[in-house]
Amino acid sequence: MDVMPKWADVILIPLISILLAAILSAVVILAIGENPWEALKLMVDGALGSTYGWGYTLYYATNFIFTGLAVSIAFHARMFNIGGEGQALIGGLGVAIICLFIPWPHWSLALLGAAIGAAVFGAAWAAIPAFLQAKRGSHIVITTIMFNFIAAAVLNYFLIGALKAPGMEPATLKFPEATHLPSFQDMFNFGETTFFRGAPANITFFVALAACVALWALIWKTRLGYEIRSFGYSESAAKYAGISPTKIIMVAMLISGALAGMMAINNVQGEAERLVLNAVEGAGFIGIAVALMGRSHPFGVLLAALLFGFLYQGGAELALWTSIPRELIIVIQALVILFTGALDNMVRMPLERLFLSLRRAKT
Amino acid sequence: MDFATLLQMLDATLRLATPLLLACLAGLYSERAGIFDIGLEGKMLAAAFLSAAIAAVSGNVWLGLLAGIGASMLLSVIHGLASITFRGNQLISGVAINFLAAGLTVVIAQSWFAQGGRTPQLTGDARFNPIDLPFAEALQNVPVLGPIYYELISGHTILVYVALLMVPLTWWILFRTRFGLRLRAVGENPAAVDTAGVSVIWLRFAAVGICGILCGIAGAYLATALQAGFVKDMSAGRGFIALAALIFAKWRPWYALYACLLFGFLQAMSLRPDVIERVLSFQVNGQFLDVLPYILTVVILAGFVGKAIPPRAGGEPYVKER
Repeated sequence: MDVMPKWADVILIPLISILLAAILSAVVILAIGENPWEALKLMVDGALGSTYGWGYTLYYATNFIFTGLAVSIAFHARMFNIGGEGQALIGGLGVAIICLFIPWPHWSLALLGAAIGAAVFGAAWAAIPAFLQAKRGSHIVITTIMFNFIAAAVLNYFLIGALKAPGMEPATLKFPEATHLPSFQDMFNFGETTFFRGAPANITFFVALAACVALWALIWKTRLGYEIRSFGYSESAAKYAGISPTKIIMVAMLISGALAGMMAINNVQGEAERLVLNAVEGAGFIGIAVALMGRSHPFGVLLAALLFGFLYQGGAELALWTSIPRELIIVIQALVILFTGALDNMVRMPLERLFLSLRRAKT
Repeated sequence: MDFATLLQMLDATLRLATPLLLACLAGLYSERAGIFDIGLEGKMLAAAFLSAAIAAVSGNVWLGLLAGIGASMLLSVIHGLASITFRGNQLISGVAINFLAAGLTVVIAQSWFAQGGRTPQLTGDARFNPIDLPFAEALQNVPVLGPIYYELISGHTILVYVALLMVPLTWWILFRTRFGLRLRAVGENPAAVDTAGVSVIWLRFAAVGICGILCGIAGAYLATALQAGFVKDMSAGRGFIALAALIFAKWRPWYALYACLLFGFLQAMSLRPDVIERVLSFQVNGQFLDVLPYILTVVILAGFVGKAIPPRAGGEPYVKER
């Protein structure tokens, strides 16, 4: 029996957790001698006050949708994929190889090719930890952490070796013109007025939205999704029902890795248009916060990704105009993970007691 | 490779293995009690910052060490609250702690010192300085043993010796005391410990607390002994290498020492590519040496070289009554 009504579980608890995280963040801002209210206004203005700000917010949100979905699908199979960072890095490698070595006639084909390349590379990077978990029982958290470090080294190896462009910087050549994706600036250009001028948001945002819908359909409308969720609820029951644990672990992790890898079409092909070191910039880890906050539901992930996109762009503006460093965003991210993830019961236990007493009072 | 270079390399190995060893033993206590801790990295980082900050302000490295332990303990308490009291997910809590430390250290460092997220350089008494063991100078010229004693064994900071002494101490505590027996039992079968009338909660908090102290020393060592001051992200994945060493050592103290020395040696090698090239007469990629600990851990975890079996109740919160 559920102690709480569904709306309390889906909306109230995340809301209280975020509020707690926000209050603590405000305390941190106060403690370093700045005004939290002013800071919030600056963030809202910088991230949402112009189409330029929106262009950055949506660009970051696109990254976080992909990594958030990646963590979510793994959560549904009760696995914790901390390796989104590494999978996205390797996905970038796939995008770079596809864009640099295949002469694409048109960006739409290049987008398709790069998306497949990114997904395959990301999935391949998740496949080894998944296989070790399924067949040898090696803990997926530890192996994916290790694979993050190995991914960084692999990328480093290619960027100072085989794929390095002439010059000092460890980066690839600029991708050819035909692979450049249309940015929001190109798409929303109505003669006189140009929206999103100079912002990096691009068509990948719509790919991310499509991924949300596709994942929702996969999880709740297909047999595979049902199997993944049953495995997540109870491994032994799923096994008894004839669901192969090996298959579910492998499939869930492959989808997870593919989604994390696909982030690269946004940041590598869409924005940088070449592969640089540390292209992911922690987005793989933010996916954890996004998935926790979005309760592993694609729609929740979308909302949480938008919030984190706002925080990221707002935080950059803060760092520009005040003495608050950009790392404040990492603190906020940590607090969100702490309250919506680890300290979930701290909010849940008193609420459950409250609802129980309410119900008793009624009867 | 001549004898002097070898000694230099081993000396560097010992210095680089020390923070790994302290963090690894910290994880050992925690995980043996059934609390997974992937927040070792964050605790070290927080301790590194606060120890350097307090040492810089007060000029006294011992105050710095205490402050570092305090910072690490605070994060331990959060981890304990999340994973013991509120029975949350220990892995998620560890991730949160890592980010909390990575963010807060820079934000606070910028606010206090305004030097781009670092602390001022530490000098003199604000650092742990090398101590010469007795007769090191005098015995220097004794063949073979003299240089080994002078170069390798003598001339480290006190924390190096503390870390080395922690290995037998940890072994003794875990395997020869009542507390250690209970601590190990609580990681294997908490219900049995509870039935015997011993508090599972208290034992786990004690383990997490010891973990905090050791991580604090490890962090303080980074900022006040190995280097002279805090810089952003200075733990540089050492917490995760320590975690790798812990698995490599199969959660046993003496093996932890060997694993940390091995990983320390790999780090020392990647700092001296010229030596490797001379010895092996071909170039070894520095990145390869850096990630070798992680690769080795994956191989171990895969069960190809012996099997690493973690404490049985690890990662699961204990619920007394259902």
